[in-house]
Amino acid sequence: MADMINIYLYGKKYEVPASLTIMEAFEYAGYQLVRGCGCRNGFCGACATIYRIKGKNELVGCLACSTKVENDMCVATLPFFPLEKKVYDITEIKPTAQIMMQLYPEIYACVGCNACTKACTQDLDVMQYIAYAQRGEFEKCAELSFDCVMCGVCSSRCPAGISHPQVALLARRLTGKYIRPEAEHLTKRVEEIENGDCRALIEAIMQKPLEELKEMYNTREIEK
Amino acid sequence: MSLPYTAEMMESVKKVEAGRAARIGFEPKRMTAEEKTALLEAFHPDYNLDSFEEIKVGPNKGQKAPKELVEILQGESRIKGMNLDLSKVDYDVDVLVIGGGGAGSSAAIEANEAGANVMIVTKLRIGDANTMMAEGGIQAADKENDSPAQHYLDVMGGGHYANVPELVEKLVCDGPLAINWLDKLGVLFDKDENGNMITTHGGGTSRKRMHAAADYSGAEIMRVLRDEVINRGIPVVDYTAAIEIIKDTEGKAAGAVLMNMETGEILIARAKTVVIATGGAGRMHYQGFPTSNHYGATADGLVLAYRAGAALLYQDTLQYHPTGVAFPAQIYGALVTEKVRSMGAMFVNREGEVFMHPLETRDVAASGIIRECKERGMGVQTPQAEGIWLDTPMIDMIHGEGTLEKRLPGMLRMYLRCGIDMRKVPIVIYPTLHYQNGGIKISANGMSDIENLYVAGEAVGGIHGRNRLMGNSLLDIIVFGRNAGKQAGAKCKEVELKELTLSHVDDYSKMLADAGIEPKVVSPKLLPDYRKDGVTRLEK
Repeated sequence: MADMINIYLYGKKYEVPASLTIMEAFEYAGYQLVRGCGCRNGFCGACATIYRIKGKNELVGCLACSTKVENDMCVATLPFFPLEKKVYDITEIKPTAQIMMQLYPEIYACVGCNACTKACTQDLDVMQYIAYAQRGEFEKCAELSFDCVMCGVCSSRCPAGISHPQVALLARRLTGKYIRPEAEHLTKRVEEIENGDCRALIEAIMQKPLEELKEMYNTREIEK
Repeated sequence: MSLPYTAEMMESVKKVEAGRAARIGFEPKRMTAEEKTALLEAFHPDYNLDSFEEIKVGPNKGQKAPKELVEILQGESRIKGMNLDLSKVDYDVDVLVIGGGGAGSSAAIEANEAGANVMIVTKLRIGDANTMMAEGGIQAADKENDSPAQHYLDVMGGGHYANVPELVEKLVCDGPLAINWLDKLGVLFDKDENGNMITTHGGGTSRKRMHAAADYSGAEIMRVLRDEVINRGIPVVDYTAAIEIIKDTEGKAAGAVLMNMETGEILIARAKTVVIATGGAGRMHYQGFPTSNHYGATADGLVLAYRAGAALLYQDTLQYHPTGVAFPAQIYGALVTEKVRSMGAMFVNREGEVFMHPLETRDVAASGIIRECKERGMGVQTPQAEGIWLDTPMIDMIHGEGTLEKRLPGMLRMYLRCGIDMRKVPIVIYPTLHYQNGGIKISANGMSDIENLYVAGEAVGGIHGRNRLMGNSLLDIIVFGRNAGKQAGAKCKEVELKELTLSHVDDYSKMLADAGIEPKVVSPKLLPDYRKDGVTRLEK
């Protein structure tokens, strides 16, 4: 018999194998998940979850798909959280501090409690990336927030009502589009393709008989 | 958290460590074409004939497919006997996009750009898709020493020349345009200080053309596309699955029957053009393999299209990613990105020996690992499953301390959560069901055999032949997603819909009955069921 532990799913007690993730514990208990389950691999943020070990003070934010169960874990899922996403035209906005003031003014009401950072399921320094956003340092905000899966646990704990993942996403798009230098080799290749400069080569290779194509493939030079 | 490896595994780790320094700078021999063919035929799961079955009805009648796929292709419609009133339309749009992953979102953005009234329906949320989990990167021939023709050669060879040439042509020629489109939308690609894309090899590439956004490449692309869909005001109806294609009386695609995943309510969507972008099939667990795929990867689009009369192509070929997690249990089957090998980590067996080149194509690499375990008995035994070592500490030895953390943060985090520091110790991997190489047949304009029914993304068959190269799937969802959106967005302007009908669903059901087939399941499957077996339940 596998090692079993007690877990409380929405307050109801179940006995489940100790090797499971929280998500698997729900399924073991008999839940057919629809909400609160996405990539099952820590990338999509669908399975935001908050738990507390019975008798302890600390509330922990985590992803149910990649967190192992523990004895006396009291679990509530957060399959949806009302983040505020502001609509903008990426071609019209500019990477200045004013844009944050305009779209997400609530970030300036941050009280510095650091609850967002403590709650982050990805162990990101959320409060710090919001501080960068406040100062218009978008590239720093982008780098620090890069691993965000937008699960929303940070925002659920924020007394100022900040939608941190949306702020970070705006900072990343501004960085990618306006701040990082242009890839000149890409611009050049795009022009070549649009001018039809790549046609001759591709047409030539497409006309090769299969045997010749195979020979080309098997003897092609591989960049070191 | 202490390292969860057993004493036996730790003994083997010592042998891996002993040979590590000698492996730096050493390049294992690549296999010849003949060696690869022999290996594939003996060990690739696609050659395991017992797990395939003949399709008995429809356009691909007489061809084989995985048993589990045949079962849903020959399943019962979810609307059987319902007699739906198709004149009562809940959604009336120009373009209906089914699926909210990278292909569906790209299609919706382009259809919107073309001025069409477009709507996305998705059975989970927008972004709950394999796109989100694509870690390693996206190929495109945009460097000086590269060309679309060179990329073409790699794709054809990697796909065993079974690829549809016109689709490959589109993939490689539109590749740099796709990267440029994403770059201009604000996707944060890895660049050097001068703006040059940092590119690496993938298995089977002859040029370093793998662009990445750390190891969150797909996630970064997906969250930007999702943001753009919302910015454009494109309606997204989430938790709503398409369960049948609706046609008009001329036999053209004209919408879909939808089902609210939470309430069960049936809704009718009428559309002038329809785009199927429903993704892959990993959650079908062909041959009992674990999968790296997201929760909704159940081949729904193939069922919808096939029942409507569209042909499939290469439905018998699947990709088993060589490096799925074999240990520990809580991440079993999850993906270890190929980028780990692009950056120098090698396959090492129980005795600490390198047994193949780390960057053979995925089918060859997966087969090589299966042979090493099953035939040669050189696998590492874990409490979970057998596998072989992927020597990840090599990465920082080659590129300098801190590289793995910077370039593979997702991988590092996934393993650290399990108490394994992959910078210090190797990890155990085994092939995992990763990608549906085949799918619905399309022409270069993105349309299936059914007029006005377009397909994009993993649901398409033929682009990758019988094996896909790393980084060509993220590319294909963008290239063919955009293409389908543009084409569907233009075509809808000339469509005049006739009366809606579901007669093809009845016809298909009759065809099954005539062939003496009793459906064993209802389909599309929509979601897998991982509840504990052996429990008596009253289903609602």
